[in-house]
Amino acid sequence: MTAVATNTTKMLDLAGKRQAWITGAILIGLGVLIAFFMAPDTQGAATFRLSRPTDALQVPNLVVSGQPFIYFTVIVLTFLGARQFLRGGAQWALLSLGIGLAIAVAAFMVWATVGKSFSLTGMLQATMVRAVPIALGGLAGVLSERVGVVNIAIEGMLLAGAFVGALAGSVLGGVTGLIAAVAVGGLFGLILAALVVTYRMDQIIAGVVINLFVLGLTSYVSSQVFQEYRDLNNAPVFRSIKIPLLGDIPVLGPVLFDQNIFVYGALIMAVTATYYLFHTRLGLRARAVGEHPKAADTLGINVYRTRYINVTLAGMVAGFGGAWFTLGSVGRFDEGMTGGRGYIGLAAMIFGRWHPMGALAAALVFGFADSLQQKLALLQTPIPSEFLAMAPYVATIIVVAGLVGRARAPAADGKPYVKE
Amino acid sequence: MSDKMEHLLQGRAIGRNQIEDLVVVPLFALFMALFLGALTMLATGVDLATIGQSYIALLRGSVGSLNAVSETLTAATPLVLVGLGLALGFRAGLFNIGAEGQVIMGGLAAVVVGFSLEGVPSFVALPAALIAGALAGALYASIAGWLRAATGAHEVISTIMLNLISYRLLDYMLSTSFVQKEGRNDPISKSVPEAAELPRLLTALDPNLRVHAGIFLALAMVAVVYWLLFRSKLGFTFRASGENPIAARFAGMNAGLIIVLAMAIAGGLAGLAGANQVLGVLGRATPGFSAGIGFTAISVALLGRSHPVGVLFAGLLFGALEAGGRQMQVDAGVSIDLIGIIQALIIVFIATPLLVRAIFPWGFRKTKVGS
Repeated sequence: MTAVATNTTKMLDLAGKRQAWITGAILIGLGVLIAFFMAPDTQGAATFRLSRPTDALQVPNLVVSGQPFIYFTVIVLTFLGARQFLRGGAQWALLSLGIGLAIAVAAFMVWATVGKSFSLTGMLQATMVRAVPIALGGLAGVLSERVGVVNIAIEGMLLAGAFVGALAGSVLGGVTGLIAAVAVGGLFGLILAALVVTYRMDQIIAGVVINLFVLGLTSYVSSQVFQEYRDLNNAPVFRSIKIPLLGDIPVLGPVLFDQNIFVYGALIMAVTATYYLFHTRLGLRARAVGEHPKAADTLGINVYRTRYINVTLAGMVAGFGGAWFTLGSVGRFDEGMTGGRGYIGLAAMIFGRWHPMGALAAALVFGFADSLQQKLALLQTPIPSEFLAMAPYVATIIVVAGLVGRARAPAADGKPYVKE
Repeated sequence: MSDKMEHLLQGRAIGRNQIEDLVVVPLFALFMALFLGALTMLATGVDLATIGQSYIALLRGSVGSLNAVSETLTAATPLVLVGLGLALGFRAGLFNIGAEGQVIMGGLAAVVVGFSLEGVPSFVALPAALIAGALAGALYASIAGWLRAATGAHEVISTIMLNLISYRLLDYMLSTSFVQKEGRNDPISKSVPEAAELPRLLTALDPNLRVHAGIFLALAMVAVVYWLLFRSKLGFTFRASGENPIAARFAGMNAGLIIVLAMAIAGGLAGLAGANQVLGVLGRATPGFSAGIGFTAISVALLGRSHPVGVLFAGLLFGALEAGGRQMQVDAGVSIDLIGIIQALIIVFIATPLLVRAIFPWGFRKTKVGS
């Protein structure tokens, strides 16, 4: 027994060391890259605009002189990396990596902006906007995986929400469109629940099939009907609503308090879901079903009903997120317009450790990567735009690969429950 | 399920259960899907006469003439190749959604090797291009396999991300001066020389018949995958770790290596399918040349019950749907996207035997169907 225990501790120790070394190597590698590739052409200053010309309160621009900042970055990265090698422990590895990556991204932005100016506030605002579908997708994932149902179908639910939002929004107006999108998301949640809970279909296959089905159906209708009747695909867009006073705060105001209802909705839903899952009796029951359905059943919790309700709720959240694509941005549906956001949402869920706020934070990271590549494409960096566009996907892989060992999925995730 | 199949293939007496599993349920699924497809058309304002006309066109365009059969086979070939790889992955307990990206990487590699070997005789250029395609697909898929084995990252998410990355990579490569066709501004690759193309088989009868030597490649791979899965030691380890990974590990099988190998072989087949498309059908690579083959093949592998022979028939069916769907679009003006709906519905009915029995409580045996 003790032998096993020491063995395990040793193995953990070794794993921690290995991780520290890998982290150290990554940090120093980044430092070297920055020193060699970025330092030579950073003469001059990078200007980050913090205020928009129309803002009530003007703040001066943030001016960073290029070369000193790059060298500062290199020194910090080398220090953090060397520290990992010398006295690294598992608990510091992640923090150092986080700080190191953040500062490397900052250096990258300075390098890309040197001699030009760049609206930092604009980029952060875009970050919020682009995080919305990912956050809502991740939230939908949290809600259904917490009751033990793997939800690959989020992509399809987003697409269905986007489609119905555009259709109903064009005919009956924006608010009705939004309600219809939420309803159709819930409908697909219900279908997923029926397939996997009642008919015990493999959960991943069920999700993939729903995605294929929604993609087929929406593409079919949009090429069969929307081509001819363009009025059916011309929905009003929800404009941003500025919250008085709060919206005038420099930087924070435009980012947090001058957005459309989808941004506010995502924030409110993340908070509500946290409260629901971790502070209410129903939430406790839901989590019990996801961890140990048999025990929950023994205690009188209806496992099937709990799964049905939560997966349907997840579908409604995803349907709301789907409406963002049409009612929240362009007002028009295009085939396959969700472009894998639902899957990135799943990655955000893992990154956020199956916690609503975690998923939201992870979604912000992805949103940042997404808006950064968009803005950098405008700055005409020597990096081809295709590679910048890959950044969020590469980040997803790294996140999923790097965090799986640390984040634990609900124990009954993906397993059908057969009541005896 | 595997021994049921083996039993079947060894030519012993076929019980009622197997017939139900392998013939009745798929046929039922097909007809249910076609019926619901008709309802979909009805709901989008297509009148009954046109619906009838479109299903006749579907039949005519898939098996109604020599040209239709040629189109069906041309469409089925890549689906069978990719489906075989996915089936092998399913057997090993891996859900590879990344076939689309692997098809792209395979096709791209085959094009690059193809046009680089301008002037090289066919017996060198063609195999070289095919092998390059298979290798590229295998390497690309092993990234996801390695991630799963080394870090536990679920292959579903990593392969989806690799798909999205491959689209951008293809766009980028097609705009580089090395790959892009001279004198063109749009993303299009140089053409593959004739020596590296898969020869067309029936041009003597009619120069428009597109069926090409790729079908032999697909048939050969059906045999190879069958042998690999059911007759080789490696295939046994694949199936064992798919059925029960813990037992397989205690039996001394190297789980990580199995995952990487299974992904690599699956990716190799997908890459071969990509090579098959550019060398046999398209002659060059363009954005979106993979045309969703990697996703359709998921349905093919599921419909074929992850068995090589099943995949062959499922691939033929889906190839027929694709070819017929094009005819349907021309004749009846119904969008080919309807085929996507029908394909997804087929899989719902195939993968949910409980649902099928709930809709039709009579006629199916009482014990659990399928899985």
